[in-house]
Amino acid sequence: MAISKSYTEKSSENETFMAISPADFFYRNRDIAGFNNPTRAIYSALRELVENSLDACELYGIPPKILLRLSFRPGENGEMMGSTYLLKIMDNGSGIPQEYIPSAFGQILFGSKYKLRQVRGTFGLGGKMAILYGQITTNSTARILSSLGKREIYEFNLRIDIQNNKPEILGRRVLENKNHWRGTIVEFALDGDYPRAMPKILEYLKQTAMVNPYAEITFIDPKGRLYRFESVTLKMPEPPKEVLPHPYGCDVETIRRIINLTTCHNMLRFMSTHFHRVGKKTSKRFLDYASIDSTLNPQKLSSDEIVRIVQKMKSYTGFLPPDASCLSPLGTELLEAGIMKELEPEFVYIEQRNPSAYSGFPFIIEVGVAYGGNTPSNSNFTLYRFANKIPLLYDEASDVSRRILNEKKDWKRYKIRPDMPIAFFIHVCSTKVPYKTVGKEYIADRPELEKEIRNGVNSVSRRLSRFLSKQINIEHERRRLNLFKLYLPKIAQFSTDLLPRKRKVPDVNPLLDSLRRSYEENA
Amino acid sequence: MPRKQSIKTRKQQTVKTLEALGTKIYSEIVHKQFPSIDIPSRSTSNIHYEEASRHYVIGDKSVNRSSRNIRHIRPFTQLVWTASFAHTLCKSKKTSTLRDVFYSAQAFDIHFKDQKESDHIITDLEAALDLSREDFNVFPEERSQIFGDLTIEYTVPGYQGKQVNLTMHPDGLAIGPALTTAELIKTKANKVIVIEKGAMFTRLIEEQAYRKFKAILVHTAGQPPRATRRLVRRLNTELNLPVYVFCDADPWGMAIAITIICGSANAAHLKDLATPEAKWMGLYSSDIPKYKLPSNKLSNIDIKRLQDMMKDPRCKEKPWRPQIEHFLKQKRKCELEAFSRYGLDYVVTTYLPEKLM
Repeated sequence: MAISKSYTEKSSENETFMAISPADFFYRNRDIAGFNNPTRAIYSALRELVENSLDACELYGIPPKILLRLSFRPGENGEMMGSTYLLKIMDNGSGIPQEYIPSAFGQILFGSKYKLRQVRGTFGLGGKMAILYGQITTNSTARILSSLGKREIYEFNLRIDIQNNKPEILGRRVLENKNHWRGTIVEFALDGDYPRAMPKILEYLKQTAMVNPYAEITFIDPKGRLYRFESVTLKMPEPPKEVLPHPYGCDVETIRRIINLTTCHNMLRFMSTHFHRVGKKTSKRFLDYASIDSTLNPQKLSSDEIVRIVQKMKSYTGFLPPDASCLSPLGTELLEAGIMKELEPEFVYIEQRNPSAYSGFPFIIEVGVAYGGNTPSNSNFTLYRFANKIPLLYDEASDVSRRILNEKKDWKRYKIRPDMPIAFFIHVCSTKVPYKTVGKEYIADRPELEKEIRNGVNSVSRRLSRFLSKQINIEHERRRLNLFKLYLPKIAQFSTDLLPRKRKVPDVNPLLDSLRRSYEENA
Repeated sequence: MPRKQSIKTRKQQTVKTLEALGTKIYSEIVHKQFPSIDIPSRSTSNIHYEEASRHYVIGDKSVNRSSRNIRHIRPFTQLVWTASFAHTLCKSKKTSTLRDVFYSAQAFDIHFKDQKESDHIITDLEAALDLSREDFNVFPEERSQIFGDLTIEYTVPGYQGKQVNLTMHPDGLAIGPALTTAELIKTKANKVIVIEKGAMFTRLIEEQAYRKFKAILVHTAGQPPRATRRLVRRLNTELNLPVYVFCDADPWGMAIAITIICGSANAAHLKDLATPEAKWMGLYSSDIPKYKLPSNKLSNIDIKRLQDMMKDPRCKEKPWRPQIEHFLKQKRKCELEAFSRYGLDYVVTTYLPEKLM
């Protein structure tokens, strides 16, 4: 005991305590955001920037046109460095007001995405992590150009001050915007392993094109190869609306923040003003249920009362479920167009499930199935996972959708075999996708989500089953006819051989014609 | 001599029947109809044991094999091909074997999965035309032999009119296509002894038993092929010779005797195969203790077979039933060769004289 005590005292004396900035935290823990090795890092960087660009276009209803270019960065003496690349992305999105540009790209956890609506990014982290990663691996700066479509284009040259989580502006220029260009360009250098990341990157772009059929994405890789994903439609999903937090999804901190901001002087107004789908009546009933005086000033709530409100919010059954206006699912038509474009299947069917909610967060599941064409066949179906229009490529085995496919044992009933060229598409849209990690790669098992995915899979499988039955019939009829085509002429020949005198072989075409007619009638 | 014409007229009849089938199919196609053939059903429900005639007969039910039916088209084509092949064989007076048919089909791009399938189609054709495959000049691989004082006259090309006495060769003569299609001319024998085992057949020749008993000897080599069964019947009906069947004392030997005497369910669609007048003369189960023959224990399979035979309608009466029961009680079996224990001539000097009395 004595020894251990003195040891503890000694070590506490020597220990230095310090606070670290968010930038510093993510610098130290970059693996949790998907930047753990050169292959993964280059994929993650490219992906974060593409997603930011898509969001920037989509929130304003602009069909995205994105140009991506990855090139070798020549070293200081002009020689080619094997592992250092220059990544440049240009979009035609809304553009960023000049006063926000430095923070938007140089301050971690700064952004426009801390609201309750469906967007791809959620943490205000990804794009900056990419820049941060570039900075620490190549010691270079990021160049940002952005314009709102007015007369000026603003150009910034900046780096992230990691210890203070602040942008450090090294240069700023204002350019003339002759062509009224609107959008953003980001360019920076980073280390990576493109040859190894290439398959994932191409797969990512292909799947992105699948769920964003209205987007045009062009990618030029370091060897100068051009990959172009054309848009097939100009129709875009309704942009999501911002919504208030739903009581089911609130915690103590959320309530505290709202109290700090509110101008309401009593709890009745407070409840009906700041929460999603809570009106006067519901507010009153809830406050009675939680034994909170409805005339009480929210500022006067005690800590215990706040905790009680949060607890009662979770147990109260009278709240209306969150509505889905804050969501922007693709819709069956667009998803189908995307899948047709990338896989050209013989059969595709998409189903959008009714909105539902988990822990106060609304969600919509879109489930699709494709068969044949360029649909890859492997031993256990191909699974395309999407969340808020982002393809999820890593950790498929841990994902709830893969588990559902694996657990489903009655494929035989659907005339489906796992080794057929069949792909399932699971798109989860939510204000808060229940990712298991910051890396946004796989979705946790939430019972509400699981139920919708499972029902969706069953439903689209039934459609596929119907299609397959029909296919099998057509195939059968074709094979049948082929058998008759093979054998009837032989029967004619042999029966002629059997005759006592030589005769001409009779024509079997009238018989074949009658078969064809009856098959056509059946079909 | 009317008897001498039996083979020749039968052949002519066969050709006509085959041609009639061809004409029917041909004219159906010409009239834009899908040709079809009625075949007597060979399912167990359509095969009955006829007590009066003491053999299996086929019932009235028939199946229609139609070229309109996807499941029938292939066997139908095979059937018509087999008919045309048989027609060619008969016209050119050539013979063929079951195996040969299986391979010949490939030259016409008619595929049989295996010989079993082609054998089956031949059986269909037999049933459909009420003829046997020997009529079509299709024979199984011959392994049976015959020996004895019987003069035959060949009808096969090259030997037409040639007469042969079957004592000519001491190993016996194979019962092949030529012998099967030969006319039976004359004999000095007064009985036929049918033997399961080659060793016993040879023994009886060597001991000159055929002379002593005035017998024609037939070696079945296990279950007798149909040609052998038909020949035995012809010896019985055409030459009025009594027939005795001599097999091992076990269920399999008994089955050989039963097949010769009562016919088999497999060939119920064919007449003229069974010889109901033939007599089973041994070995009986009861002969084992009676002659103190060396014996072996019955195997489980033997016992199973005997139990099945208890249910067989052919075995309801004497001599079968008491012997089956005796077997099951005694649980011993014995082969014809067991007589060797008493010396090489014991069968001829003791057993057969007693049995043939």
